[in-house]
Amino acid sequence: MAVLVDNSTRVICQGFTGRQGTFHSEQAIAYGTTMVGGVSPGKGGSQHLDLPVFDTVEDAREATGANASVIYVPPPFAADAILEAIDAGIELVVCITEGIPVLDMVTVKRRLEGAATRLIGPNCPGVITPDACKIGIMPGHIHRRGKIGIVSRSGTLTYEAVAQTTAAGLGQSTCIGIGGDPVNGTDFVDSLTMFMDDPETEGIIMIGEIGGDAEVKGAEFVKATGNAKPVVGFIAGRTAPPGKRMGHAGAVISGGKDTAAHKIEVMQTCGIHVADSPASLGSTMLKAMGG
Amino acid sequence: MNIHEYQAKGLLKEYGVPVPRGSVAYTPKEAEDIAKELGGPVWVVKSQIHAGGRGAGRFKQADGTVDTQGKGGVRVVKSVDAVKENAAAMLDKVLVTKQTGPDGKQVGRLYIEEGCDIARELYLSMLVDRASGRVTVVASTEGGMEIEEVAETTPERITTIAIDPAVGMSGFYARRVAFALKLEGKQVGAAVKFLTGLYKAFTELDAALIEINPLVVTGAGAVIALDAKMAFDDNALFRHRAIEELRDETEEDASELEAAKHELNYVKLDGNIGCMVNGAGLAMATMDIIKLYGGQPANFLDVGGGATKERVTAAFKLILSDPNVEGILVNIFGGIMRCDVIAEGVVAAAREVSLHVPLVVRLEGTNVDLGKKILAESGLPITSADNLADAAEKIVKAVKEAA
Repeated sequence: MAVLVDNSTRVICQGFTGRQGTFHSEQAIAYGTTMVGGVSPGKGGSQHLDLPVFDTVEDAREATGANASVIYVPPPFAADAILEAIDAGIELVVCITEGIPVLDMVTVKRRLEGAATRLIGPNCPGVITPDACKIGIMPGHIHRRGKIGIVSRSGTLTYEAVAQTTAAGLGQSTCIGIGGDPVNGTDFVDSLTMFMDDPETEGIIMIGEIGGDAEVKGAEFVKATGNAKPVVGFIAGRTAPPGKRMGHAGAVISGGKDTAAHKIEVMQTCGIHVADSPASLGSTMLKAMGG
Repeated sequence: MNIHEYQAKGLLKEYGVPVPRGSVAYTPKEAEDIAKELGGPVWVVKSQIHAGGRGAGRFKQADGTVDTQGKGGVRVVKSVDAVKENAAAMLDKVLVTKQTGPDGKQVGRLYIEEGCDIARELYLSMLVDRASGRVTVVASTEGGMEIEEVAETTPERITTIAIDPAVGMSGFYARRVAFALKLEGKQVGAAVKFLTGLYKAFTELDAALIEINPLVVTGAGAVIALDAKMAFDDNALFRHRAIEELRDETEEDASELEAAKHELNYVKLDGNIGCMVNGAGLAMATMDIIKLYGGQPANFLDVGGGATKERVTAAFKLILSDPNVEGILVNIFGGIMRCDVIAEGVVAAAREVSLHVPLVVRLEGTNVDLGKKILAESGLPITSADNLADAAEKIVKAVKEAA
C-alpha cells in the first residue's frame, strides 16, 4: 500500500489560482491524483480547473473532505498557509515553496508538536506514490510503481534515483522529498520508519547532503532496526569547500561532523550501502537486494 | 548576509545590549576626531572586514607578501596621535587572517572604540539549531577563542540551550546561561538583560547568527559585548529593508553578486570543468562525479527550476568569466520542463557567448530525443550524454584531450 498517499488521498491546493498552483494542479489531475478543490483567499465560491475554490482551508476541508493539502504560496505567506492547514486539521501538508524565512519555520515546527498534521517540506518536490497519487512538482512519467522507497533532501537528485530504479526494473513504492531547508517538517527518521513498516517497500534509498546531522540520525535508526531492509545511501557535496553555502540553505559545512565524509562513514558503519557515484544508485540497490 | 562589527553593535545597542562607545572611520582624520570625542585614555582601532581572526591577522606589504613581524588588525593604543597613525597604517591595506584565506581582504573602514577594563572573557552566540528547530544559545567560559576549537578540546565548557519559541527568552533560560558562564551577584541580572535584548534582536531582525566573542565582564562587573558578529537570513531580507541597506558589496564575491542578480546560485571553486545544473543537490552531486572521474569542478552553479535562454546565457557567461575553465558540463534533469526548449536555450546561449571550450550536455525529461537532435544539428561542438556517468566521463576526457 506504499506510504503517506494513495488512491484514497483527497487533495486540495493552497495558492490554487496562482501560476504555480494552476500548472501543477493540472499536472496532478492529469496524473490521476484525486484533487478535490483549492484555496485562494477572496476567490471563494468560484471554480478553477472545474474544481471548487474556497476562501479558507477550513471551508475547503468541510466541503470536500480533503485530508491532504499542497502549498504553492509565495515565501512571505507560506508559513501562514501551513499554520492554516494545521489549524484546519489537515492530516498531510506538503509545502513546495522555496525561500521561507527560517524563523517562520521555527514557529511552524513548534505548532506541529502534538498536532494531527504531518508536514512534508518546505522547499521540496513533494510526495508521490506512482500510479496512485502525485502531490508536488516531480515529473510523473519517470516513475514506475514498484518496491523501492526513496527519501531525499534534494529535488532533482530524487529524480535521478527514480530514473535509475525505474531503469533497473525495481520501481518505487513512494518517494518523499523532505526538502533542503534547515528546519522542516519530516526528517529521515520519520520517512525511514514509514518505509520499514510498509510491506510494499522492499528496499530504501536515502539521499542526503552536507550540513546538519539528520542523515547520521537516519543511519543510526536503520542500524537500530537490525537493517531490516536494504538501504542504499548517497551524500551530495563531497567536493564542497567548507564554510560555503551550496544553494540550499541547509547545505553548508560548518563544523567537522556535518561533512559528506563523516556522514558516509557513519552510514557505512550502520550497514548502509553507500553509492560512490550519483549514477550508481540503481545498480547499488540491485546489488544490495541480490546479496 | 553578513554585516560589519560596527553595524552589528549599532543594531544591538538599539535593543539594549551594552556595547563599548565607538564610531566608524573611513579616513585617518575621522579616526582622530572620533578618538578625541571618546576621550581615552585607551582606544582600540579595529579593522572592519567580514572575517574573524583580525587581531591575530597580519597586513600585506607593498610587494604582496604578508608582514609577519608587523602588528595585527586590532590595535590597542594610548594616545589620539597613535589612533591617527595606526589608522593611516591600516586603511586600504589588505589584512590576511585565518578566515580570509591567503588573498586577504582590503580594510576600507575602521572602528574606533573606547578601551575596556577586561576582568573575564566569555563566549556567547545565538543561532537556529537544525536538530531542535529552535533558536539556540551557545555559551562558553572560554572567550576569545574560536568556538570550534573549544568544541574540540574542552566540549564540557560549552552549554547549549534551545529556546521554546512559544515562550521566548524567559528569565530562567537567561539565568541558566548566566550560571553556566559562572557569573555571580549583579552580573546575573546584567546577563539576563543582555540575553533578553539579544534574543529580541535575533527574532525581530531575522538573524541567522549573532556571535559575541568575547563577551566581557569588566573590572566594575558590567557585562558587555566587546565584539559582535551578525549574519541575517537572506530569505527574510524582504521584510528588513534597513538591514539590506547595511550590505557592503566590496566584501562580497563579484561573480556571486552577478549570479544573484540572475537568480543563479554560483560558488567559484578551483578546478577547470565548469558545471551548470538544475537543483542544488544534483549540482553538488555533479561536482562529486566529475571528481570521481578524475576531473576538478570549477564551480557550483544551480540554474534553478526555469532554465530559460536568458538564464542559461547568464550562466554560461558567468562560468566562462573564470579563466581556469577548459570545459563545461551541463546537466539538466528537466522533469516537467521540455528538453527541446532547454536544448534551444543552450544552443542560443552557446552561440551568443561564442563558446570556445568543449561542452557536454546531459538532458533528461520530456522530449529528450528532440532535445538531442537540436544539439546535434546546431553545428556547435556540443556532445550529448546519455546519463550522469556518461556525461562526467565525456567532459573529463574532452578536457584532457584539448589540453
